[in-house]
Amino acid sequence: MSSKATIVTEPDIIFGKLTLDVIPFTDPVILPVMIACMLGGIGLFALITKMGKWGYLWNEWLTSVDHKRIGVMYIIVAIVMLVRGFSDALMMRAQQAFATADEVGAGFLPPEHYDQIFTAHGTIMIFFVAMPLVIGLMNVVVPLQIGARDVAFPFLNSLSFWLFVVGALLVNISLFVGEFAATGWLAYPPLSGIEYSPWVGVDYWLWALQISGIGTLLTGVNFFVTIMKMRAPGMRLMQMPVFTWTSLCANILIVISFPILTVTITLLTLDRYIGTHFFTNDLGGNQMMYVNLIWAWGHPEVYILILPAFGVFSEVTATFSRKRLFGYTSLIWATLVIMVLSFVVWLHHFFTMGSGASVNAFFGIATMIISVPTGVKIFNWLFTMYKGRVEFSASMWWTISFLFTFTIGGMTGVMLAIPAADFVLHNSLFLIAHFHNVIIGGAVFGYFAGLTYWFPKATGFMLDEKLGKISCALWTVGFFVAFMPLYILGFNGMTRRLNYYDNPEWTMLLWVAAFGAIIVLAGITVQLWMGYVSIRDRDQNRDLTGDPWNGRTLEWATSSPPPFYNFAKMPKIHDRDEHQYKKDHGMAYEVPENYTPIHMPKNTWCGIVMSGFALMMGFAMVWHIWWMAIVGFVGIFASLIIYSFERDKDYYVQVDVIEPLEEAHLVHANPTGLRAMQDKKSSLEA
Amino acid sequence: MQELVEFMRIYQMIKNVLKCILVLLPTLFLSGCNLALFDPKGPVAEEAKSLIIISVALMLIIIIPVLMMIVYFPYKYRKGNKNAEYKPNWEHSTKIEIVVWTVPTLIVIALSYVTYVTSHSLDPRKPLGDADNQLVIQVVAMDWKWLFIYPEQGIATVNEISIPVDRPVEFRITSDTVMNSFFIPRLGSQIYAMAGMENRLHLMASEPGTFRGVSANYSGFGFSGMKFKVHATDQQGFDAWVAKVKASPKILDSETLPQLQQKTKDHPVEYFSTVDGQQFEQLIEKYSGAQNVE
Amino acid sequence: MTTSADLQVHDQDEHHHDSGGDTVFGFWIYIMSDCILFATLFATYAVMSGSFAGQITPKELFDLNFVLGETALLLFSSFTFGMAMLYAHKKSMRGMITWLLITFALGLGFLGMELFEFYHFSHEGATPQTSGYWSAFYGLVATHGLHVTGGLIWMLILFAHFKRDGFSDANMVRLACLSLFWHFLDVIWICVFSVVYLMGVM
Repeated sequence: MSSKATIVTEPDIIFGKLTLDVIPFTDPVILPVMIACMLGGIGLFALITKMGKWGYLWNEWLTSVDHKRIGVMYIIVAIVMLVRGFSDALMMRAQQAFATADEVGAGFLPPEHYDQIFTAHGTIMIFFVAMPLVIGLMNVVVPLQIGARDVAFPFLNSLSFWLFVVGALLVNISLFVGEFAATGWLAYPPLSGIEYSPWVGVDYWLWALQISGIGTLLTGVNFFVTIMKMRAPGMRLMQMPVFTWTSLCANILIVISFPILTVTITLLTLDRYIGTHFFTNDLGGNQMMYVNLIWAWGHPEVYILILPAFGVFSEVTATFSRKRLFGYTSLIWATLVIMVLSFVVWLHHFFTMGSGASVNAFFGIATMIISVPTGVKIFNWLFTMYKGRVEFSASMWWTISFLFTFTIGGMTGVMLAIPAADFVLHNSLFLIAHFHNVIIGGAVFGYFAGLTYWFPKATGFMLDEKLGKISCALWTVGFFVAFMPLYILGFNGMTRRLNYYDNPEWTMLLWVAAFGAIIVLAGITVQLWMGYVSIRDRDQNRDLTGDPWNGRTLEWATSSPPPFYNFAKMPKIHDRDEHQYKKDHGMAYEVPENYTPIHMPKNTWCGIVMSGFALMMGFAMVWHIWWMAIVGFVGIFASLIIYSFERDKDYYVQVDVIEPLEEAHLVHANPTGLRAMQDKKSSLEA
Repeated sequence: MQELVEFMRIYQMIKNVLKCILVLLPTLFLSGCNLALFDPKGPVAEEAKSLIIISVALMLIIIIPVLMMIVYFPYKYRKGNKNAEYKPNWEHSTKIEIVVWTVPTLIVIALSYVTYVTSHSLDPRKPLGDADNQLVIQVVAMDWKWLFIYPEQGIATVNEISIPVDRPVEFRITSDTVMNSFFIPRLGSQIYAMAGMENRLHLMASEPGTFRGVSANYSGFGFSGMKFKVHATDQQGFDAWVAKVKASPKILDSETLPQLQQKTKDHPVEYFSTVDGQQFEQLIEKYSGAQNVE
Repeated sequence: MTTSADLQVHDQDEHHHDSGGDTVFGFWIYIMSDCILFATLFATYAVMSGSFAGQITPKELFDLNFVLGETALLLFSSFTFGMAMLYAHKKSMRGMITWLLITFALGLGFLGMELFEFYHFSHEGATPQTSGYWSAFYGLVATHGLHVTGGLIWMLILFAHFKRDGFSDANMVRLACLSLFWHFLDVIWICVFSVVYLMGVM
């Protein structure tokens, strides 16, 4: 931005490259946002202080290792970042609508600003909206679905979350202190190298991704072990609910692909900080290697985002069709096939690099093969509704909207997978339309379906169904109005990331697209309003039985919200649709004769403190404040070592704590059973 | 068995609608006539256009029935429709499984065949027609402009080229800066321009006209202005254009090249009557550097 | 420490948090992902193996005998760690600490030799900034070196853990994880030795 003029080449020993100039006081777009954020922050701080809630926040949330609370926090941060990322989208659509001109200077955003916006938009939407929504849903749901008390490593879970928050914070700090990368969301070198991007934007990108990426990797390990090792007795792999299956596959993909991201951005970091030649133009650097490596991570990442969404649709469709999921086995195999194939298609992101015809054909065909298992999934959902009793709840609206939108997105994806067609469609707005079609119409609709579906489970009250349906309708219509014009513009030769263009034929459709973005904005507004209304009217919308949708899987067997230990008695598994099985056989909500103490982990300061040091280190590295980076680095490991010496990490929940919690649930879920048991007990005592 | 009958009935209905749409489709494509990719001006773009249409048509065989099922199934089996059959525990049908795995597989096999053939026939490196007859243009992506060198004619231009109609052109593409992508939508395929490397792209214009050329890969703040004009004319027109360039007082040599290497936005068209030495080769050499001899 | 109430709970098929088996399993998964990390670095190295850009080549610098010495130290340290594990299972603090100290010394020796080699190479004009090849060389070898450093620091912390709590369950799990890590680094080093050094002088 304006601070570009003052690139500091010789960092100060105390402040590094940081000077007062780097804060964009004069920027008419950013200054109001900065003031609003500061006032909002101060207001929030004052409010919490006034209500005396700091202790509550610290003890119950910030240091929590409870997977459900961590999941909720992931989702809250994701929604905040969605608002940020969507503001970027609105600015981009507005700029392109206005920017018909021959020369630089059209519209209201200069390229120096606009290019940061599209980079931030992509980075935020993938890393800080889609990822936390996926991981947040997994956190809330997976341990409940497999009948576990928590994840395998609760402390690591807290650490993962806070490392992710550090990444999100770094991206937001870049808005007010310095600048963000202006390289596109995957920061291809040499453009992202020090020679062509000498200022701090790319460094923010690097450290935000590096730190949150390590958090994601830990999540992957954590959930893989959780699902493999902590299933309730009797639950075989082929009895796991589909969301758990797709989460398992997503976590395998995380464990395999995120180390590649870690290495790739470390190498770019080395290029920028110490002058190595991994990806430079000269001295043997190889920019094509970066593109290969980043997509070797990036393509599996796409499936990390979409597979859990497929899981959500499977759960929602079966529940609201009041019917068993059609073709469970083939659906699981389809998921596994997609998981494996996702590692052999990365080259389709750059057919135009100039590989040989046979190489291109191989990767093109491999890509198309993925469409077979994906298509099978669509049929599975369709035949789940077939001969069912379909109830059009809000989450079902999202599902049907998804089926329609995603099918079209899948078709355009196969078009792009044909190398010779990609030669004319690559990097055009057709590509932009395609991946928004599958990410919004596939992944995001899935997350919204999941949020609507599991909201009562996480909070104990329902989301407003009517507003949910309205927002689904607005999102769907808005999506088509915003992105169908982009398909056409792609056919008309308009490429991506343009700040201005001299072709007046395009203007009209870009206005239509901008209008579509406004419809989506209305959809988001309705969603936020829905959140407010639902919280306001929560007492009317309580979910007392814990099973508001007449659900089929284990998470609906416990109360809403579940007690922190999830299940007082470990469930024994009989069937894939365990809760439905128990309801059918009159075994649901059985009242146990007695309770036993439960072993649970204690909350810990360590995750948030380590991440505080990580934030310090990341910020210091961006600004070359070496002393502070060292303090941060040492602090991270010192905290971990101190934590390892703590003795008091877990405890037993005693029966007198468990009993009232369970009774409060059973009194609604199984009143007769509870009364019978109480009578039996009192007669025994007598 | 019953479900199969039901399925066939639905499929028949879907097929009828499908027929209607197939009749409508050509009209749709005709209305898209002025879209760059559907208004090709050369054989490569022409083939890409047919490829897009064939692939869409192949996929619609399955996409359209699916879209209709997406509307029909939830409607038919809605909760309120008590007439519809309800089988809460029906979860498997080998027949349906076979159909839903086989039909997409067959379509993908057909598409794979098309993919394999076109990957080779539209390989950017494959010369179009007679390799001796082709016009060679060396292309250098710079910040933020395109430098074109005609080695045969000994001329160079910035942000403008002319090519004779019906004569195959070989673009030899490199970059003096970050990665770009060389793309003339109406003529067909694009390919990346990367420093220290030479990529080849073969295109041909089959009709006269002036076409837009762009960089399709984001390359920095001046990226949006990185566009050029392609004049496709007959041989006389081309000769006249070459003569016009040759009349320019500027020459491309070790003094003018550094001026071009300065970062500029919306760089105007420039002509260089002479090219001094092997500028293109030297620009590649600059990055690929001296090689160690084994 | 163990009360009867605790025992009663353990008798049940209750799920247990952070139980040792899950931790070791989780650590295995982490090792697998670390494997991918090294695989990526090896791939990078392979791509860059000819990118000398006219600068100094490894043939001129590599001294196989020196590297063999390094390799011997690290391989032997895997054996000594194994000995330490044997004594740990016998609950012999003295034997375990002795063998761990030997392991530590060998690891430190390896690290010293590696640093000396880096110093020597840089002096001869092969720094990470010299060419793509040398960037990849340092990137790969130093990442392994950093892992070894991490392992050594971990070992020091483990000494403190054992000093305080003796052969507790948690400490045995920690030791098992470090042992996995240490052997894993050995395997990686064998790959480094073959791919980088042996093929480098060929």
